Amino acid sequence: MAVNPDLVGREFPPTPPYLVGREKVREFARAVLATAPQHHDVAAARALGYADVVAPPTFAMVIQDLTLQQLLSDETAGIVLERTVHAEQRFRFSRPIVAGDELTATLRVTQVRAMGGASMVTSESDIVDADGAHVVTTTSILVVGGAE
Amino acid sequence: MNVSDVIAERTVHLTRESLVRYAGASGDFNPIHYRDDVAERVGLPGVLAHGMLTMGIAGSVVADALGDGGQILEYGVKFTRPVVVDPEAGADLSVRAVVGAVDADGTARIDLTVAHGETRVLGKAQLRVRVGAEPRERGESA
Repeated sequence: MAVNPDLVGREFPPTPPYLVGREKVREFARAVLATAPQHHDVAAARALGYADVVAPPTFAMVIQDLTLQQLLSDETAGIVLERTVHAEQRFRFSRPIVAGDELTATLRVTQVRAMGGASMVTSESDIVDADGAHVVTTTSILVVGGAE
Repeated sequence: MNVSDVIAERTVHLTRESLVRYAGASGDFNPIHYRDDVAERVGLPGVLAHGMLTMGIAGSVVADALGDGGQILEYGVKFTRPVVVDPEAGADLSVRAVVGAVDADGTARIDLTVAHGETRVLGKAQLRVRVGAEPRERGESA
């Protein structure tokens, strides 16, 4: 099955709130080799004016992934993980993610473009905090191969 | 910050452990990032680093150099070449961050060169960062 072109413009329901844990930020920071004190040391983060440790920029992917799961589990979408390649990724921040944030993401599909036998699917997820204030918008381009 | 300034340069060594660690931290458990048999079955040259691990490391190099993640306004990359991580030898990844432009609106563009050996693995890898002494949003409610 090919990617459903009617996906364009489709918006998925907001994901359940994700509570950003301090140890999760530290674990993620170690995994991406982010050594700056702001990611590990609460006092250092507070000295910069943040409420708690600051997540590295690509931590937003952990929240965005919840929306991609929605997309992949939708049987009408025609997107199969095994045939999917991550081609492009972008983050636009209003502010960094900080431990203690409760984040919700809403995905919408902005473009589906045929590319030979494959499809290029562009989606955007708006991530907001518990007050509904914008934190970061993530954009992903996935290339989905056609069925054999 | 001036155009052509090298703001950070770092080479890191990735091993299979790095990939497993990132899988756990990120929740991306696609087996092509830790199982040779699966990588081979789907026709890959070997177990690959997660593209988001490469992007994450490159972003961290800049964030560490800036010292304040709040200065990063935008970060985007294209994943152009895979990073194959050998089970014994691992893989080296080099990151170089250069100021590409300084704009009148108090922001600068940082251009990243991210390479595995001689091969560039990210395309159009750029950040937009805030420079200068403007007040910054802190993410706390007013």
